Amino acid sequence: MAGTAAAGALAPAQDDRTARLPGAWRLGLLRGAMEIRMFFRLREQVVFTFAFPIVFLFLFASIFHDDMANTGSTASQYYVASMIAAGIMSTSFQSLGISIAIERDDKVLRRLRGTPMPPAAYFLGKIWLVLATGLLETAALLVFGSTVYDVDLPSDANGWLTLGWIFVLGITGCALLGIAISSVPKSGKSATSVVVLPFLVLQFISGVYILIDTVPGWMLTVGAFFPLKWMCQGLRGVFLPDAAAALEPAGSWEYGRIALVLAAWCVGGLVLCLLTFRWKNRNDG
Amino acid sequence: MSLSVSTGGGPGVHRSVDGSVAVRPFPAGAGGGTVGSMTDDVVKVRGLRKRYGEVNAVDGVDLGIRRGEVFGILGPNGAGKSTTVEILQGHRRRDGGEVTVLGQDPGTADRAWQARVGIVWQDESAAAELTVAETVGHFARYYPRPRDPAEVIDLVGLTGKAGSRTKALSGGQRRRLDVALGVIGGPELLLLDEPTTGFDPAARRQFWSLIRRLADEGTTIILTTHYLDEAEALADRLAVIAAGRVVAEGEPGSLAGRAQARATVHWAEPDGTARSEETDTPTRTVAELAGRFDGDIPGLRVTRPTLEDVYLRLIGSEDR
Ligand SMILES: Nc1ncnc2c1ncn2[C@@H]1O[C@H](COP(=O)(O)OP(=O)(O)OP(=O)(O)O)[C@@H](O)[C@H]1O
Ligand SMILES: [Mg+2]
Repeated sequence: MAGTAAAGALAPAQDDRTARLPGAWRLGLLRGAMEIRMFFRLREQVVFTFAFPIVFLFLFASIFHDDMANTGSTASQYYVASMIAAGIMSTSFQSLGISIAIERDDKVLRRLRGTPMPPAAYFLGKIWLVLATGLLETAALLVFGSTVYDVDLPSDANGWLTLGWIFVLGITGCALLGIAISSVPKSGKSATSVVVLPFLVLQFISGVYILIDTVPGWMLTVGAFFPLKWMCQGLRGVFLPDAAAALEPAGSWEYGRIALVLAAWCVGGLVLCLLTFRWKNRNDG
Repeated sequence: MSLSVSTGGGPGVHRSVDGSVAVRPFPAGAGGGTVGSMTDDVVKVRGLRKRYGEVNAVDGVDLGIRRGEVFGILGPNGAGKSTTVEILQGHRRRDGGEVTVLGQDPGTADRAWQARVGIVWQDESAAAELTVAETVGHFARYYPRPRDPAEVIDLVGLTGKAGSRTKALSGGQRRRLDVALGVIGGPELLLLDEPTTGFDPAARRQFWSLIRRLADEGTTIILTTHYLDEAEALADRLAVIAAGRVVAEGEPGSLAGRAQARATVHWAEPDGTARSEETDTPTRTVAELAGRFDGDIPGLRVTRPTLEDVYLRLIGSEDR
């Protein structure tokens, strides 16, 4: 019949079909563009994502507006570093941890799994999304800090470079950690509680809210296992004068170790995602 | 048109004029037979089992589905239809039995295989901040040989809604989008789990012609439905599943002895009383009546059991 003739003409060879499967990198870019578009179409989400660190910077800079003892620097200078780090973690770890759990519930992941899309393209798309939103959030914080609280921005290329690599390594590691934790909650409904509690705890023990030299030693030890403590520390190095390094537990900014820990989280986070990521809910047979 | 179709070198299923298909019995015990006709089955299922806790959702299902065939699966709620379809697609793991779909085990199949299988789930959720055109266009990019997104949107009748966000679609429109996403990759095998739920009658007819067109192009289609008219209109062959087992399999017209079943002749007596008679020879009954009535027989009807009659008897609830 007609179908048979048409089929003969159109039938692709088996290996031809394999060769033409779109690659993970290109699909990752496409997914990233789509995720960003969807993100900005949700007004409410955009407003609250960007407002979060700015509101906290406002609160802390207003409460502790005194100069910091022995450092020749100000509280707003300290908290701008903290809030950039916390903002990076909230746009990556927190928002991915929650949104992916909801996507799993809403069968978005099942739909994707039913296509030949390589899983890496999904993860890459999420990383592009958080890079874009994290960058915008950081920029918003810097503009707000420098105009309202006279925060000094890095004065040389070196400072910006340090800010840059901490941002990229930190946000990638936290994003992978967020993708990994999204598999922990049983459903999208419980995702917020599961994700927010560890994030809040980490912020306290990593010296985001409380000055690092007043955080108990054992808390710092626990915090040192996670990326947030190191992001805060590296960013303080960018925004505080060198004298302030004396307040650090190690007495220095420890950039070598920061790079090592953050890079380790990027690799470890990726392995964790690949090993533990679930495309369907546990009760979904 | 860029539909990817492969006949695999074997003969397709040839529909005869009346829509019936030459029935080849399932090759029982032919395990891995190399004869061309035997390996032409696109879907081979033997002794499929799936448990959810204490529930035996699928309890020993055997199926053989040939290339180019439209295969209907009927059965009451909870019979195991969705579970079976989702195992064929690779979403669910089976607990027992052999399954081969397009030459591979769905449980371990690769991306290239996934590109050849399209699915419309029973419970979809494609709602998002994207428009219909964006969604369909985006999914097309995942496939090596997708169909034209605009054409697919047109085929499911969503052209007027192409620029609407999917969350603003009505239930039936969203269902049509699900169908669009199922066929966008130009699948060789299309799995449809109650695809027309929520369709208005016109959309349902449009969907039927889409299915017929895909079938003519060589796509193998597995369709579960609760609409018996849909099954009768579309399916070359049907299986009725109840409590996780296949209770009947065959062409819609002859399922479970339907073609051989006795006919009923209905007519009205001159005084208006309705009469009917069950018979193996309805033609003779009508001829006798024609002689008696000397002209037109009032209220003459000859009926055979409908698919619904057969179906209800099969699942054991004709008295309900
Ligand atoms: N995720 C699950 N967890 C536990 N039990 C399940 C799950 N999915 C299905 N079941 C059970 O398995 C059986 C078969 O379900 P299935 O969804 O395959 O039925 P179905 O034939 O598709 O029914 P319907 O016509 O209502 O769609 C039912 O008894 C159902 O309760
Ligand atoms: Mg079902």
